Amino acid sequence: MKLVFELGSRGRRMSILPECDVPEYVPGNERSTKPRLPEVSETELARHYSELEDNIFGLNNGMIPLGSCTMKYNPKINEREASLTGFTDIHPLQDPDTVKGCREVIKETEDALCEITGMDAMTLQPSAGAHGEFTGLLTIKKYHDSRGDNARTKIIVPDSAHGTNPASAAMAGFKIVNVSSTEEGIVDLDALREAAGPDTAGLMLTNPNTLGIFDRNIKEITDIIHEAGGLCYYDGANLNAIVGNARPGDMGFDVVHLNLHKTFSTPHACGGPGAGPVGCRAFLRDFLPKHMRSFSCNFLVVVRALTYIKMLGGDGLADVSRNAVLNANYLMSLISDKYETSPEGVRFMHEFVITMEKMEKEHNVSALDIAKMLDDYGIHPPTMYFPLIVHEALMVEPTETEPKEMLEYLSDSLHKIYEQSITDPEYAHSAPHTAYITRPDEVKAARKPVVKYAFE
Amino acid sequence: MNHPSELKYTTSHEWIKEENGIVTVGITDFAQDSLGDIVFVNLPEEGDDVEVGESFADVESVKAVSDIFSPVTGKVAEVNEELADAPEKINEDPYAAWLIKVSDVTAYEELLSAEEYEKACEEE
Repeated sequence: MKLVFELGSRGRRMSILPECDVPEYVPGNERSTKPRLPEVSETELARHYSELEDNIFGLNNGMIPLGSCTMKYNPKINEREASLTGFTDIHPLQDPDTVKGCREVIKETEDALCEITGMDAMTLQPSAGAHGEFTGLLTIKKYHDSRGDNARTKIIVPDSAHGTNPASAAMAGFKIVNVSSTEEGIVDLDALREAAGPDTAGLMLTNPNTLGIFDRNIKEITDIIHEAGGLCYYDGANLNAIVGNARPGDMGFDVVHLNLHKTFSTPHACGGPGAGPVGCRAFLRDFLPKHMRSFSCNFLVVVRALTYIKMLGGDGLADVSRNAVLNANYLMSLISDKYETSPEGVRFMHEFVITMEKMEKEHNVSALDIAKMLDDYGIHPPTMYFPLIVHEALMVEPTETEPKEMLEYLSDSLHKIYEQSITDPEYAHSAPHTAYITRPDEVKAARKPVVKYAFE
Repeated sequence: MNHPSELKYTTSHEWIKEENGIVTVGITDFAQDSLGDIVFVNLPEEGDDVEVGESFADVESVKAVSDIFSPVTGKVAEVNEELADAPEKINEDPYAAWLIKVSDVTAYEELLSAEEYEKACEEE
């Protein structure tokens, strides 16, 4: 399809404005050339966006079983609430007394998230998960600094962590200590004891972890860190597996971040506005950074999350995680005759990891090929090649919003794909055969990305 | 897979070669094959200290970003600047595309022969 720059013609406009009757003022520092903006009619623009939409696969088209991403359905009522003019027609600089309703939404959301996580204070400022991690780590840093405890320079991160954990810790100025997992896929307690010490600022942990396994030693893990004088940070990326049934605060965590676009059903967008609230226990309240962004938060995201929380209530949220776990385990039981999980023989929570290592070795069909083949069945590929500790990994998270029939359809598709991969590897290598974009040059995209339109 | 017998290896998939007190470090054929097409290499600077078992560089492939761990303790004497613009050289010939050369070496990780390394790879 054409880019928007390739549509329209010079001078074409969408609305006819009256002649400007305001005196012109030239500040003297204006640019010498006019920016080349797209010049299209409304008809052209509407068709352009519809065409883009036709070529995109979203949750309204089908299932997106991306592990660790929790691509649950975004309820339409969230959109209705977020489009109320009392929420949309406000300005961040208007008198706070005139937006009491909006402030109430913020306060109610903070309180609800505190109750859900077992924390005492919450900030909605961070604009996404990684921003939340950074905020949480600054909180931990400030706490140690306030005690004159300057030797705590290291953050412990298990090898099953999300990549953002070590990245955020490094950005906050910490050194990273990696701790290995056991064969069962949980934290190796001996390795953790060895790593923890007077230089430990804290531990970052996701529970359930990126393999989808709930670490049953969680109390012991947080105790080890606390005894060493460190703090425990909960990466809330996988909260969807436990929401309403278990709380990070009760597991011994001191700081928590949440991804409202995962557990609380706000849109993932495409790098668009997100929210990564950070909560902490009472003794850390004063160390929460006050200004992680301009103004208070991505407010309409917060409205959507609060709508979701209120629609479900406490019992409903508890059902969310129960059903997320049930769906994942049902799907796994359907495909486990052909697909090997990693690790094998353990109990998974809301997601599970399969390894295509054997298929890759024996038939030269990789996890990437399997993912590409799913496209032809109208299903978005699962997360690939993550976590890093599993070879040829495919990470599957159906979420609670997929009906039983859809899980069975995915299982049937995966069984057909399995047979196809063995009988016709060439077909697998050339998949997908129906998608708009099939196999882009990933190396070129990473090394020489074209992000600017080149006018002739 | 190609693992020359004149080199020594680590279980974390680095190769090393020692000549006149200078240790050259790169990543193995097995490592580049597992990583897939490499698109970016982040190397230390000349004069930086490296320590046994500590990460000194990272490589980014289309699949993931991976740390590279130092098999020795010492000082970075030279960096393969060529890789900044041509990281694909690691995929093409991992033993020619060295990452760093280390001098003032004071400690070594337990190193494997080519045969031992291949056995370790099979077990992975």
